[in-house]
Amino acid sequence: MSDSPSVTAVRQRSARRRLGLLYVGLIVLGLVAPFVAYPVFLMKILCFALFASAFNLLLGFAGLLSFGHAAFLATGAYITGFLLSTYPGLTPELGILAGTLGSVVLGLVFGILAIRRQGIYFAMITLALSQMMFFFFIQAPFTGGEDGLHGVPRGKLFGLFSLQSNLALYYFVFAVFVLGFALIQRTVHSPFGQVLKAIRENEPRAVSLGYDTDTYKLVAFVISAGLAGLAGATKTLVFQLASLGDAHWHMSGEVILMTLLGGVGTLLGPLVGSSLVIGLQHQLSQSPLGDWVSVILGTIFVLCVLSFRSGIIGELQKLVKRNFK
Amino acid sequence: MTTIFGIPLMVLFGQLLLGLINGAFYALLSLGLAVIFGLLKVINFAHGAQYMLGAFAALLGLEYLELDYWLALLIVPLVVGALGILIERFLLRRIQHIDHLYGLLLTFGLALIFEGTLVNLFGVSGSSYPVPEVLAGGFNLGFMFLPTYRAWVLVAALVVCLFTWFMIESTRLGAYLRAGTENPKLMQAFGVNVPLLVTLTYGFGVALAAFAGVLAAPIYPVSPTMGSSLLIVVFAVVVIGGMGSILGAILTGLAMGLIEGLTKVFYPEAANTVIFLVMIVVLLLRPTGLFGKEA
Repeated sequence: MSDSPSVTAVRQRSARRRLGLLYVGLIVLGLVAPFVAYPVFLMKILCFALFASAFNLLLGFAGLLSFGHAAFLATGAYITGFLLSTYPGLTPELGILAGTLGSVVLGLVFGILAIRRQGIYFAMITLALSQMMFFFFIQAPFTGGEDGLHGVPRGKLFGLFSLQSNLALYYFVFAVFVLGFALIQRTVHSPFGQVLKAIRENEPRAVSLGYDTDTYKLVAFVISAGLAGLAGATKTLVFQLASLGDAHWHMSGEVILMTLLGGVGTLLGPLVGSSLVIGLQHQLSQSPLGDWVSVILGTIFVLCVLSFRSGIIGELQKLVKRNFK
Repeated sequence: MTTIFGIPLMVLFGQLLLGLINGAFYALLSLGLAVIFGLLKVINFAHGAQYMLGAFAALLGLEYLELDYWLALLIVPLVVGALGILIERFLLRRIQHIDHLYGLLLTFGLALIFEGTLVNLFGVSGSSYPVPEVLAGGFNLGFMFLPTYRAWVLVAALVVCLFTWFMIESTRLGAYLRAGTENPKLMQAFGVNVPLLVTLTYGFGVALAAFAGVLAAPIYPVSPTMGSSLLIVVFAVVVIGGMGSILGAILTGLAMGLIEGLTKVFYPEAANTVIFLVMIVVLLLRPTGLFGKEA
């Protein structure tokens, strides 16, 4: 049975209102959270949530599985870390901007190469390119090689507000996250985002409708890479270090897991997934199971793929649809 | 001493040999990936871990069961291949009807499990496997010294590669495999047990990886992470060669090993990255890969 247009419109409007309320609730939660939990832990979650959201823009909304997003995280982290430690006069927001731009440029190069192939080849190419960057970061003079960069100064935001205290930095990181998330939300719901979804569902049909799908995929790739770089750059400010771990292929795998666990193609999924994975890693590292983190993550991976492919948010959405329609 | 471009010939040939050996492993592993991909359309991310399991099984077999090298070369691929069969039967089969990217993710999870478990049991630092006595020593070829074991690796890898190629191109089973790659539904309609064929193919691909692992045990340090870094290079090799052709996979593997060896001589800083650079050039000039068929 189909609803009349007015009923649909009312339903859409109320759905939008509910979503708006949800976002307001989340922002309030984000604002009070540092008084309840340890700010550095929360900042780590926010950085990875942004990283996973950026990744999800590609996998969830354009259907492109990148296995090399660690390269963008690391590029943002290294450039920001290097600039802030070498030029003490540089303000943190400019350092982060530079790191993000670096990832945008790298994303453009990777994207031009990788979108020449589809599906499984796309995943292998991005993985290989990011491994190449890993070797580059080991040898490059500005990354500190195996040691990484330590003691990156947090500096003063706009040269005015000190970010030394964790609480001050938390609100800055939170603002960065909200901006990044808003950009993704805007992209997904824009006409551009609709074309991306069309490409995800059926690329030949999108081509036959006259869309230059390669350009759309490339732009999505660059946005995603840039936001991943932003996440890495912000993370450098939080932990005051940048290391090879960011560039390792395990990191590319972790961000896939966060997205998969939370729900591929849902806006809130990556947020939930990254909170869970970071929380789990944090708990495990303090327990006797600490050495088994990668085995446990691998097991969650297998279970998710076998029987939980919609992820937490995806399953919740199904549940709501089934019971409240 | 004879030199070429200021490099002593001995060094050049030595590095070329090392490169060729690496290339033999690239060939064996990309061959297995291509065989599995052909029928299952899944990229086996656990391939590196299964190669590592092969090396470890040989090492542990020697230590605890006094399993000698030659028996290990025979038994280990069977055991690890059987593990592969279980993986296909109970895990991969359950997701074969959905997007094949999930197969990649599932095998990635398995790779993390295998690798993580062995790191916990044996640590990350590698142990060494003794070269079997018959193959110790080497020949002096006049222009270079050729260790016997390395010559054996090269011969064994090539024989296995060519044997696989022959099996696929010229036997009835191979014909089934090729037909299944083209159109599994039609094969099923003709009365061929396609699910069984899929299971055996995956098992065979995994056994190839384990065979490579046993072969590698005496020359590379046996460590839990030996497979993953190798596998990413093999992915690049597969992108360069394209997975459409078995012979293409073998040739690309060997050629990439040689190029890597040459780079070690003339510009060692780029030795780790040269294969990725070749991949970039191939993607720009011939996106389907050197031997690729599909667009």
